[in-house]
Amino acid sequence: MIQLEEVTKRYLTKKALQTVSLQFEPGHIVGLIGSNGSGKSTTLKLIAGLLRPTSGTVLVDGEVACRRICRKVAYLSELDAYYSFFTVKQTVDFYEQTFADFNREKAEEMLDFMKLDRTQKVRHLSKGNRGRLKIVVTLAREVPYILMDEPLSGLDPMVRSSIIKGLISFIDLEKQTVLITTHELQEIEPLLDTVVLIRNGVILDQKSVEEIRVSENLSLVDWMVEKYEQ
Amino acid sequence: MAQPFNPSVPIYQQLCERIKNKIIRGELKIGERLPSVRDLAIESEVNPNTVQRAYRELEESGIVEKKRGQGTFVTQEPDILQHMREQQKINHIRFFVTEMCEMGFSEAEMLDGLRDYLEKKEDNV
Repeated sequence: MIQLEEVTKRYLTKKALQTVSLQFEPGHIVGLIGSNGSGKSTTLKLIAGLLRPTSGTVLVDGEVACRRICRKVAYLSELDAYYSFFTVKQTVDFYEQTFADFNREKAEEMLDFMKLDRTQKVRHLSKGNRGRLKIVVTLAREVPYILMDEPLSGLDPMVRSSIIKGLISFIDLEKQTVLITTHELQEIEPLLDTVVLIRNGVILDQKSVEEIRVSENLSLVDWMVEKYEQ
Repeated sequence: MAQPFNPSVPIYQQLCERIKNKIIRGELKIGERLPSVRDLAIESEVNPNTVQRAYRELEESGIVEKKRGQGTFVTQEPDILQHMREQQKINHIRFFVTEMCEMGFSEAEMLDGLRDYLEKKEDNV
């Protein structure tokens, strides 16, 4: 389980998160939603151990999230994070050498699924295929927690669809928990168990997606707009 | 790309409806095996937990049966399927009538309209 206990994060004088307390149940796909600059990425980076809270604690399975938490957490950055002079195959090799939990077989299967050419240089890949490659190397890790920062942003509908299908095919919800930040609410909604809504570093609500539909008769987009306007 | 969902109805209910309609249309036959949870999740781009919930719902109403280690199957009981078919008919009629009432049509207008429509449709066939 992931727990945030009264976590505050400041960047110099700017408060990114203000006394946030959250819990994520295992076996769920959770969406972190909110406007740009609301604190979604900061939350993921804190859980991935890439940032330290100014105050409060972040626990992953009871362990304080520091840089070494990457044994348990796979983090997909919204930026391109690989060597552009590598080929697709070399990138996968690199990840395999870096992470002990990397499942090569699964990676190969996903490369086929995503129709990626193993011999192509990363530098020569389209943005869509770079997005797909990021998904491959992230999901091929057998870790209990997968964090994805904006996996769909700026990609065309076919790529988005293949990423969503890839996610469902290659995630094992009996053993894994997924946290996704996104603005593509309509597409991601059917994929989510729960959503966490953030505004200006404060959690507005955490709710089951189906419950929003049953009790409030709203789609995720409408719900977010309503909550933001309150 | 997957067929989109209606935004104000729970997705598991919409999945149930889609499966029921497939059975009624004969795309899924009596005793036939349903796709695995994961396959249906991938095909419709939804959370596997949601598919699980839809299957559980259908299982509770007896429309499908889970066989240990083999998967989920459409029931062999014709009575249950007949009842489901009847239920779907009533649901669609209720929806139609409610909408028409809201627009202020009378019962007679609805019946006439329906008869007219069906006759014209037959001519076309």
